[in-house]
Amino acid sequence: MLCEADFRRPQGLERLVEAIQDPHLPPMRLMEVCGTHTMALARTGVRQLLPPQVQLISGPGCPVCVTPANVMDEVLRISALPGVTLTTYGDLMRVPGSKPGFDLRRQKALGADIQVVYSPMDALELAKAHPEQQVVFLGVGFETTAPGTALAVLEAQRQGLKNFSLLCLLKATPPALRALLSQEDFGVDGFLCPGHVATILGADAFQFLPQEYEKPAVVAGFEAGDLVASLHLLIQQVKGHTPKLENEYTRAVSQEGNQMAQAVMAQVLEPKDDTWRGLGDIPLSGFGLKPEFAAFDAVARFGFSPAPQTAPSPCRCGDVICGRIGPKECPLFGTVCTPDNPVGPCMVSGEGACAAAYLYRRE
Amino acid sequence: MEPQYITLDHGSGGGRTAQLIAELLLPAFQNPHLAPLGDGALLDVSGPLAFSTDSFVIDPIFFPGGDIGKLAVCGTVNDLSMCGAVPKYLSLGMILEEGFPVEDLKRIITSLAHTATSCGVQVVTGDTKVVERGHGHGIYLNTSGIGEVKWPGLSPQAIREGDQILVSGTVGDHGTAVMLARSGMLQGDELVSDCMPLNQLAAAALSVGGVRVLRDPTRGGVATVLNEFVEGTSLCAQVQEDAVPVRPQVEAACSLLGLDPLYCANEGKLLAVVSPETAPAVLEALRSTPGGEHAAIIGSITTQFPGRAVLKTAFGAHRVLSKLSGVLLPRIC
Repeated sequence: MLCEADFRRPQGLERLVEAIQDPHLPPMRLMEVCGTHTMALARTGVRQLLPPQVQLISGPGCPVCVTPANVMDEVLRISALPGVTLTTYGDLMRVPGSKPGFDLRRQKALGADIQVVYSPMDALELAKAHPEQQVVFLGVGFETTAPGTALAVLEAQRQGLKNFSLLCLLKATPPALRALLSQEDFGVDGFLCPGHVATILGADAFQFLPQEYEKPAVVAGFEAGDLVASLHLLIQQVKGHTPKLENEYTRAVSQEGNQMAQAVMAQVLEPKDDTWRGLGDIPLSGFGLKPEFAAFDAVARFGFSPAPQTAPSPCRCGDVICGRIGPKECPLFGTVCTPDNPVGPCMVSGEGACAAAYLYRRE
Repeated sequence: MEPQYITLDHGSGGGRTAQLIAELLLPAFQNPHLAPLGDGALLDVSGPLAFSTDSFVIDPIFFPGGDIGKLAVCGTVNDLSMCGAVPKYLSLGMILEEGFPVEDLKRIITSLAHTATSCGVQVVTGDTKVVERGHGHGIYLNTSGIGEVKWPGLSPQAIREGDQILVSGTVGDHGTAVMLARSGMLQGDELVSDCMPLNQLAAAALSVGGVRVLRDPTRGGVATVLNEFVEGTSLCAQVQEDAVPVRPQVEAACSLLGLDPLYCANEGKLLAVVSPETAPAVLEALRSTPGGEHAAIIGSITTQFPGRAVLKTAFGAHRVLSKLSGVLLPRIC
């Protein structure tokens, strides 16, 4: 049996590596949708193997990066409410709101009870252990984290917890891709589709790319071998003008996905209109709690009304997320905005395009 | 007997402090320098000396492979060893929180004393303070240490093009073990901290000769130390990805948590830059010393990317290893 490590080694892939390095490939722009792909492409060095005319563009697949600043402002407000324990994944600690430097790290240092957790179930345990505190779980992520988050709500209901609530900022991937594709200046020739999201939704969730938009699409895994094999498939499709959906990540992704996970999502969550950093308002691109779970909805409990966005910031994360510019084309990149002192979310998250470009830069 | 707890009296300097010293500390650390209990220790040392200090605030206090006491000895002993010194004497400062279980303190002191004995250092002076409950996380320790410099001249400035980069064993064990212990995510002993004194490994390497610089890659990991070696110079620390020894468990934990073993803390590993002539012999010396069985040559000093640490991936691509920024945080998905 093959294990994950076998997909990290280059043995046996020489021919594929050679094929994606071919200097005679036609010019093309490919988008890796998922932030984990962005990071993996940089970490493994696979990005560098491509000839200059084959461009890889980072898509909107980093959940931290697509959370707008005014939404972070509301998160910061809730974190400071008396009696509230805010639980969050680590990535969000350093995401600034609309004022530079105002992030959850700062709130914590000033006395807010903020705890980094690894799973929504940890938040549930905290709520049980501290009945005097209102424990809020910051539910950020895509379809990958949505089922686990939904399960935590079901479990809270089963246990009759009165002090657990979810601030649901979950987002849906396919609507964001549709929004990108409907932009006039969006010149992407093919998609590396997110393997983790597809594990839940199934590869079929990305059929619309070739069928409706005639865009080549390959569902890809995350090890170096996966990336090389997937890029090879994608490049062949673009070269041959034969758009279809291919699934490289068959060891995790089926056509129809994880139906149990989908059922849990459908039981607890419902699609709602949502705002993405850089992309703006996209119909039915987010998830909210269904009305019957209102007792666990932090929006109902603490209110949630992000202020309208004010003056445009020189930070161009929005353009980076849409693939309009590369990280290095942003005037703040590497000077004002660094991983130590991030201005925008793409520099904060371990999966952000700017962080990847900065950490794994090559000069 | 009922469990006993530290009270403010233990830090008063009065009877309970004396009792704590007499019953717990003196028996553990018995040595002629400590016994007189003067205001300080009078020591026989011959110069040149290395002097180092380190504070310990680790959470959890007990972790797979060690505890704060063992760590407090290793931290300072290792810093001294990296200076080319033979560690001799330690001080021990303790800040205890009111309500800390005396039983836990005993365990920590026993472990600390045991580790000190194993590397031939003596705890010769100390201090204990107690803070009110809620003002500290159980126990904080500080150790300072003195060592006699036996191998002078170790410095990044001695590094030359063509030198080899060696690591004394697997990378990232401590950081991942503590991270997982803290999260409560993993039970059992799949992941164990590498916390151990490095004086023997350092002596083994230095006795061979040709060692330019030694460093123990604690916080910030191997990647950060490699940067420190070449920063501001015209040299490049170039590491071959598949030459770096990483335990499969650590690799798995890192990919789960979104971490990179090269940035995870180690507490029982040394990095050495060694002349190409003696590198094979130094490697052999490390491998035949307890704790150095998995030592490896992981790269070399070049001039390809001046001032940078660079990793050559298994696919033949290069990536820059920056210094660690901020705290390691787990990722979302």
